Amino acid sequence: MEQTALYTIIVHSENFSGILNQVAAVFTRLQVNIESLNVSASSLPNVHKFTICCRTTEKNIEKILKQTVKKLDVISAACYTDKEIFSSEIAMYKISTNVFDDSESLSRLLREYNTHVVEVTPEYIVVELTGSGEDITELREKLQELGCIRQFVRSGRIAVTASNAEKVSELMEKREQIGNKRQL
Amino acid sequence: MNEKQMISGSEILIRSLIREGTDMIFGYPGGAIMPVYDALMNHTDSIDHVLVRHEQGATHAAQGYARASGKVGVCLVTGGPGATNTITGIADAMLDSTPIVVIAGQITTDLIGTDAFQEVDFTCVTQPISKWSYQISCPEEISRVVARAFFVAKSGRPGPVVLSVTKNAQVGMAEYIHEKVSFIRSYDDDPEIDMDAIEAAADAINHAQRPFVLAGQGIELGNAQEEFRTFVEKADLPFGCTLLGLSVLPSSHRLNKGMLGMHGNLCNNVKTNECDVLVAVGMRFDDRVTGNVDTYARQARIIHLDIDASEINKNVHADIPVLGDCRKTLKLITERLLPANHGKWISSFAQYDREEYEKVVSKELHPKEGPLNMGEVVDAVSRACGAGAVLVTDVGQNQMMAARYFRFSEKRSIITSGGMGTMGFGVPAGIGAAFGRPDRKVCVFTGDGGLQMTIQEFGTIMERRVPVKIILLNNNYLGNVRQWQELFFHKRYSFTRLDNPDFQILSSAYGIPSKRVIDRKDLMPAVEEMMAEDGPFFLEACVAEEGNVMPMIPPGGTVDNMLMEC
Ligand SMILES: Cc1ncc(C[n+]2csc(CCOP(=O)(O)OP(=O)(O)O)c2C)c(N)n1
Ligand SMILES: [Mg+2]
Repeated sequence: MEQTALYTIIVHSENFSGILNQVAAVFTRLQVNIESLNVSASSLPNVHKFTICCRTTEKNIEKILKQTVKKLDVISAACYTDKEIFSSEIAMYKISTNVFDDSESLSRLLREYNTHVVEVTPEYIVVELTGSGEDITELREKLQELGCIRQFVRSGRIAVTASNAEKVSELMEKREQIGNKRQL
Repeated sequence: MNEKQMISGSEILIRSLIREGTDMIFGYPGGAIMPVYDALMNHTDSIDHVLVRHEQGATHAAQGYARASGKVGVCLVTGGPGATNTITGIADAMLDSTPIVVIAGQITTDLIGTDAFQEVDFTCVTQPISKWSYQISCPEEISRVVARAFFVAKSGRPGPVVLSVTKNAQVGMAEYIHEKVSFIRSYDDDPEIDMDAIEAAADAINHAQRPFVLAGQGIELGNAQEEFRTFVEKADLPFGCTLLGLSVLPSSHRLNKGMLGMHGNLCNNVKTNECDVLVAVGMRFDDRVTGNVDTYARQARIIHLDIDASEINKNVHADIPVLGDCRKTLKLITERLLPANHGKWISSFAQYDREEYEKVVSKELHPKEGPLNMGEVVDAVSRACGAGAVLVTDVGQNQMMAARYFRFSEKRSIITSGGMGTMGFGVPAGIGAAFGRPDRKVCVFTGDGGLQMTIQEFGTIMERRVPVKIILLNNNYLGNVRQWQELFFHKRYSFTRLDNPDFQILSSAYGIPSKRVIDRKDLMPAVEEMMAEDGPFFLEACVAEEGNVMPMIPPGGTVDNMLMEC
């Protein structure tokens, strides 16, 4: 077995319907599981940004990037190590309050992880945690041990690159120049 | 004052096709595309529509047309089953980089998602097997989308584009606006050339003692045949061709060493593992070319010229990747090449040619007795049709034998299903080729299995008197599979024997003149009779039932270890 690693892939595409399907199909074809996926607007008008985490081999990652960017409406696809990005994730935990009431350890736990309270009712509370994926997983495991989790959800990783250069913006500028030249 | 002139979406579609240079459509009508067919009737002076007998045939005909003519092939079909029947051709065009545009009807937008009659999510189905697939849902977008479709199909690495057109878009009224697309910001059809790579490539070739070049279809697609000729001639570079690249330069060119790969010429495969610099041009290191990649050209520095970035390092690591249009990159590299003479290296190929001739070719082409061989039939046809013929093949032993023994003299002369290996490709692709290049003779070689996969296109040939010469190499077997059974499955012929109809009677039912040849002495006269015929002709050659295509790299084997006999 070749060694696998966790990769963060950032894809920029046109904001057309059906692109998610095509991007996902690249992973399906290579039988790579997507660990998390976030799609949102980007800093560029009409450009969508996908942040995709997956665990795979180095050989596959080159194929994934090249085959993704080959999709007609995909603008760019690049992959980053943790050092090259700032990343974050948000999670929400819905917790039964009857456990909360008589559990000092729970409130200590929620304070320890710097959670933010979203809602408190007599039956449950909802807290929110923004941070690294590991923290979010850890807190979930600890809450599960206490047997108080009713619902749990996480956003998947989102990331911005750490470099000074904004590669996509530069690429788009260059493409625009080529486009203008051709239209002449 | 300019008053808007409103016309139907169907009318806009046809006008947009004409604007993009379409003068030929291969199609089949049905409910979901009737408005377009109705509009087509107003334009029969600009567009010739060929009614095929099955939509798969329409796609292969469009492929044959595109590959023979260099233009974009166009298919027009209805939705649902009409659309799904085109899938094989779309996938085939994707793997072989053939520019076609498939236009399929689709139910009206309001009904989509209700499992309405003949509803298929065709855009979704075809996205993974096309270069671009899009559903048109209103008449206003037709002109622009058609412009985009043609640009995508033919630019960069060409490929199939699929447009589903909803019924409401066909019947809705809008203004025709002239559109032209020559740029898409998310799609780099002409990658910027890295001059460092050009220098590095030229330097490596200039220092090579034993250079070898692999010529692929990219050279034909990029219209770079002359650039390639100057490239190999200037530095005296011997080359082998992929199946799809066989006609980039004439077979008789002194540097042309024939075909690569599984059933290619021995010298090429041996030299691949002896050369010091391997230059791949517009080819993609398919496993049928490389055999086991772990033992493929390990000793060589590999230079890979391709327009598609996703091909670089996909199967074989490129030491010097040269991304870009090979017409430009070849020219830039050639400018930096020093004239060279590799005479000694080139003459070292001859010993393997001799070995192949003794062990394989002479027996195949000049047998003393016994039934006809496929190779001698191909050879006879190739000699009789002279220069300038287009070879179209089906898939199987017939295809490999045709590729091995047909001689090419002009560019764009081989049309075959390489990447997909689609049985049934030959006859409809031959029809398309005949329409694409009416000035050239079109010879289709097919097998008894593959012929029956699209034999209904005899109807199209009959109706349009398409002047294709069809040569059936009849071995009463799914020969290619039988050969593998013989070699790798202890001769257990599991369901490969065919009980065939009388093909001559079938052919005469369609009014196609025919001849059957069993004896060697009758071969040449029959071939000549076929060539003398202006219209279509069907020639059945009854060949050895258990003939094998040799030499062969067994699947997963090493290139330089070819099986010569079995
Ligand atoms: C549509 C399709 N089905 C199955 C195959 C697998 N296959 C490859 S070659 C072959 C045998 C072809 O037989 P025939 O057309 O008689 O040609 P021959 O090899 O005998 O020349 C088969 C079944 C294929 N390539 N395409
Ligand atoms: Mg056969």
